[in-house]
Amino acid sequence: MSPYRTIIGLEVHVQLLTRTKLFCGCSTKFGLPPNSATCPVCAGLPGALPVMNRMAFELALKAAMALNCQIASLTKWDRKNYFYPDLPKNYQISQYDLPFSKAGWLQIECPGGAKKIGIIRAHLEEDAGKMLHDEQGGGRDSLVDLNRTGVPLLEIVSQPDLRAPEEAKAYLEEMRLLLREIEVSDCEMQEGSLRCDANVNIHIPISPSPVASSFSREPTASADRIQPHGTPSALAAGSRLNVESTGAEGETFAATPIVEIKNLNSFRGVERALKYEAERQFQEYQQKLGSVWNVDPRSARNFAGSTVIPVQEKRNGSLVMVAKATAGWNEKRGVTEIQRRKEEAADYRYFPEPDLVPILIDSLMLEKARAGLGELPAAQRNRLQTEYGLSPYDASVLSSQGRAVVAYFEQTAGLSGDPKETSNWISNEVLQTLNDRKQQIREFAIPPASLAGLIQEVKSSGLNKQRAREVFAEMANSDATVKAALAKLGYQVVSDESQLREIVRRAVAANPKAVADFKKGKVKAADAIKGAVMRETKGMANTELVQRLLAEELDAV
Amino acid sequence: MNELTAAELLAAQVQGASALEITAAFLRTIHERDGSLNAFLHVDDEFALAQARAVDAKRKHGDLLGILAGVPVAVKDILCVAGQKTTCGSKILRDFIPPYDAHVITRLKQADAILLGKTNMDEFAMGSSTENSGFTITRNPWDLERTPGGSSGGSAAAVAAGLAPLGIGTDTGGSIRQPAALCGIVGFKPTYGRVSRFGVIAFGSSLDQVGPLAHNVYDAALLLEAIAGHDARDSTSVDRPVPAYSRGLDQLVKPLTVGIPREFFSDGLDAEVENAVRVALAEYQSQGAVLKEISLPHSSFAVAVYYLVATAEASSNLARYDGVHFGHRAEKFADLLDMVARSRGEGFGAEVKRRVMLGTYALSSGYVDAYYLKALKVRRLIKDDFDTAFRQCDVIAGPTTPTAAFKLGEKTGDPLAMYLSDIYTIGANLAGLPGISVPCGFTKNGLPIGLQLMAAPFEEGKLLQVARMFERATDWHNRRPKVQAPG
Repeated sequence: MSPYRTIIGLEVHVQLLTRTKLFCGCSTKFGLPPNSATCPVCAGLPGALPVMNRMAFELALKAAMALNCQIASLTKWDRKNYFYPDLPKNYQISQYDLPFSKAGWLQIECPGGAKKIGIIRAHLEEDAGKMLHDEQGGGRDSLVDLNRTGVPLLEIVSQPDLRAPEEAKAYLEEMRLLLREIEVSDCEMQEGSLRCDANVNIHIPISPSPVASSFSREPTASADRIQPHGTPSALAAGSRLNVESTGAEGETFAATPIVEIKNLNSFRGVERALKYEAERQFQEYQQKLGSVWNVDPRSARNFAGSTVIPVQEKRNGSLVMVAKATAGWNEKRGVTEIQRRKEEAADYRYFPEPDLVPILIDSLMLEKARAGLGELPAAQRNRLQTEYGLSPYDASVLSSQGRAVVAYFEQTAGLSGDPKETSNWISNEVLQTLNDRKQQIREFAIPPASLAGLIQEVKSSGLNKQRAREVFAEMANSDATVKAALAKLGYQVVSDESQLREIVRRAVAANPKAVADFKKGKVKAADAIKGAVMRETKGMANTELVQRLLAEELDAV
Repeated sequence: MNELTAAELLAAQVQGASALEITAAFLRTIHERDGSLNAFLHVDDEFALAQARAVDAKRKHGDLLGILAGVPVAVKDILCVAGQKTTCGSKILRDFIPPYDAHVITRLKQADAILLGKTNMDEFAMGSSTENSGFTITRNPWDLERTPGGSSGGSAAAVAAGLAPLGIGTDTGGSIRQPAALCGIVGFKPTYGRVSRFGVIAFGSSLDQVGPLAHNVYDAALLLEAIAGHDARDSTSVDRPVPAYSRGLDQLVKPLTVGIPREFFSDGLDAEVENAVRVALAEYQSQGAVLKEISLPHSSFAVAVYYLVATAEASSNLARYDGVHFGHRAEKFADLLDMVARSRGEGFGAEVKRRVMLGTYALSSGYVDAYYLKALKVRRLIKDDFDTAFRQCDVIAGPTTPTAAFKLGEKTGDPLAMYLSDIYTIGANLAGLPGISVPCGFTKNGLPIGLQLMAAPFEEGKLLQVARMFERATDWHNRRPKVQAPG
């Protein structure tokens, strides 16, 4: 059991699947020559004005709905002012106090079951450009590529509801699946169309009495001051905190300062960085507590039903809060590197963007967005379980492959009449083949009817698994039907009872030792006899029939 | 030739005059007289003459001609013209050549107007005297020791002195109407959203509006007609049809109620100006209008609100001038921050720096509620005052400025006194209303005085008709200053 609990919140930026930028007509295509997709608007030239891309707004609306967010009836744009060379206007057009959506959730699958992760808000904003630092020139010159400037981004901020690095990864995977399914974003982390910053700290249980410190001027560290605040607040913490490795509601914790990890460029990287950082924070806590850090019950706060006391730093004889820090993830070394403490909050001087008009979101826009959603992954997983009797795991494997695969499954299952077997075939053979051939399901050679035919053939003829796989491979290679593939491979299942009984009898007679073992109670010994039958029939004996006949013949011995 | 109005120049061409000779005549006048005025920052003779030849060729071929065919226009250097220097009166844009035309420039080209050149202005339109230009000081054609007003002082002086029959200005707090009043011409600020701001270098984006400067109301109406209308590239541009303002201009507005805000006739208003304005109001009365005293109770806060809203927006709008992507970059610098600081320090003038600092302060955390957000609330109240007033009257009338043209250098040391010269014009910007200044007399020293009229949003047609009613009964707009060639 971990000696602490990890508290994670993610800030995800996804690039919307528009052809053009958020406020101008430039292309959003990835990998164009530097500065070839720019115009006076995205280059911030004097006099140029932004015009909102309606498509971007519609996609964002779809995403927010899929994330169960509340949609505002009126939203506006704001300017976030800061100087940086990759931001030609030196302000970013974003949304501040009236984001178009807030207060949603995303359901993820955890080992303990489904869990809802709160979404604080999702808002639209424009991307900045990219700095290219000239390493050869001794770092003197830096170049700026403005192709990315003005690309539409949806920023999705989660509640600190994630309780483990694995959950953070699951959240990202579910987010990617969802946004791909509704065609809002392709979420390619490598191309920067999904980016993630992770906020993390840890809670170390200190109850019943907080860690005493020589520094504390309050000798009776007054336990009465740290009353738990009862039930979880409306802070929309996870609907079910099922991964609390440590502590329970009502307990008191010390909280380390929050670290924001940047430069995360893979889901695995996110998980690794969070694991590393949580452990680093625990070590730092153990080193500093009592010497540099102190836990003062007077600054206790309620966090999702438990009492949490942020550590404070002793400085010039008084206690001060430790500022949030920014860290970079060094993928090569596998470590987080603290870059700076944000002693002063950056002052972005937000104010309403006067060049754009506020947006009224009417019911027509909402209906259009809702109509474009289709079945979302979480609902789909549920339906696959209730309608087809699949296990949560099988449903999850199918759903994670996207709608086309699920549709393939549903058609095949309908024709084969055996959803479980269909799911097995798809999860194993079909997905493996697609993966090997780098194909999409719509390019796959075996149509649902043929796969259903194979499943039925296996069932009715008792074709064994190994032979069935060979038939499957033949079908996939030559677009053949089951019958044609069987014929081509020369497979004819032996289902003639008298013929098979003769073969079984011979096998029983030829294996007296196995028969003797079986009679002594070694059930497994019968497998050797069965194997002999299969060899004799080149694997083409009806497995079910062989099973029955063997039982009868053994009885008769 | 250079004394003629736009309407007269159009007529002259029908009579056989060519755009080329008209353009040449104005260019000649510019070269003769502008040494005394410094109204223009850049004049491109070849570019202007080429346009004129093209118009003449079109006429010769019997092609359809635009409504300003062959009429020269002086354009404030705040509007981008593709391939031509556009400095916005700032050293930071000394060598900036935009790759595109402002929407207004496109419309002027479509109207077959002749772009003579770019006129001087207060840097980034921040000022009321054109003395804040990063390049030169423009003089008032009526008295070379005095200011033409600002920030569109170059365009106003050019029209008044006969260097161009028409001028384009921008008005953020009075920058068209105030110089028009001080130069004895007509200046019109349209409703916010009536004219596209695309390609207009931004100062206060929620206040900026492009408009005409002209010798008379008809010319102003014609120019407005050419430049007004929806532009998909400016989200704040309003999609409403543009009436043919120049037609039906002589229609009388009857019945007509003229609202006189009592707050516009209080302390600080020069007696000669007040007298001229009261005589003008009496003229309306004699034409059957009802004069009605009204109140704009929050107008005393207008200057304060303006200097928070406009500076806040400006502090952000001007952030892009950092020496990174375009504009002036300091030659020597230690690092990135130093480069940005030095480039801005060298490129911006004192008034721009003052306003960027004011605006930055007004938006800063800890102050934004007390300043910027409070100002937005009061702006709403000021707008409400006008809405209430226009339920009682058709137009609001009063002085355009508290005084006639002041001396160069008179107010440069006292920014607050300078800011107060826009006290009557700022309200229309905060409320987004159309406003016009028409000549209504002269001081005993021979300085022009302006009458300001304002109307409800998109009542440009009515406002021009009301202005025309006064103009037709008076002769002030026909007076021209005598500008001597320098030396």
